[in-house]
Amino acid sequence: MDRHDPLMIAETWSREGRSVALATVLETWGSAPRAVGSHLAIDSEGNFEGSVSGGCVEGAVISEAIDVIETGTTKVLEFGVADETAWEVGLSCGGRIRVLVEKVTL
Amino acid sequence: MSVSAELIRELNEARARREPIALVSRPDGGAASLVRPGEDIGLAESALDGFFRSGKSGLADLAGGEQVFLAVHVPAPRLVLIGAVHISQALAPMARIAGLDVTIIDPRTAFATEDRFEGFPLYADWPDEVLPGLGLDPYTALAAVTHDPKIDDMPLMAALEANCFYVGALGSRKTHGKRQIRMEEAGVSEDAFSRIHAPIGLDIGASNPSEIAVSVLAEVILRLRGAKSEKGQGI
Repeated sequence: MDRHDPLMIAETWSREGRSVALATVLETWGSAPRAVGSHLAIDSEGNFEGSVSGGCVEGAVISEAIDVIETGTTKVLEFGVADETAWEVGLSCGGRIRVLVEKVTL
Repeated sequence: MSVSAELIRELNEARARREPIALVSRPDGGAASLVRPGEDIGLAESALDGFFRSGKSGLADLAGGEQVFLAVHVPAPRLVLIGAVHISQALAPMARIAGLDVTIIDPRTAFATEDRFEGFPLYADWPDEVLPGLGLDPYTALAAVTHDPKIDDMPLMAALEANCFYVGALGSRKTHGKRQIRMEEAGVSEDAFSRIHAPIGLDIGASNPSEIAVSVLAEVILRLRGAKSEKGQGI
């Protein structure tokens, strides 16, 4: 399996004792670069593997993920052209996506 | 509340074993779980089947009204070629470009050489020695192209048994008729035998090894994805 596989990375990082969150693309509308089901693994230091977009919203997802790791509360994030923050985080491809971010517990 | 590291480990192990599996997440914050084909999570069996057949992830409503997300993991489609022949030399790289994992088996060491199949997993052994280790499954296509019953028959029967999504055999209608007699004597039912695509490949008038390779690859993709016209999507 690909060594950049986010689910393999999530397993490895957890085993190493790092705090990890897993982000998953739940839904897409219009032009979205990553398919529904795509994963991004994030640790509490902001290291990440995988992708939920073509790189447009990863930054925002990572900062939300660090919060999810701290609080343990699952979040559903939405990014889209109708949303000004989406432009700020740069979803320039014109699509809209919904992303689930959950903590990986030991 | 979340997804456990133990669950992710179990998921990764299933994926490594080429088992279809889905991670069931709960956007409302409930604990994630795993589901395999045929298991009951409060989702209609036909709906669960649809997820595994298409390999596409998505949201689903459970009988209790709860909405869950299924991240579906199905094995990468694979093509096992029986016969390191000229057609296979064209078919292997084309199939790889199309996203299939290709394996080539031929006990004839003059055919199964590294030079002819550089960079591909290649076995210069009899199929009955190699196939148990490969583990044929419904995400595997098998094409038998040696023309030699001693080499082709066993893997064709193994592929039917394993419910491979595509089973194809080279040979004329007459050759295929003889094959049917041999296989029915070996206990293969008429129904099972009818799943073998022979003569192999879509009828595009292919007249040389490369064109036959195109016709075989097209037939494999058709079996994997289904025709758009049959799915009501038009062409």
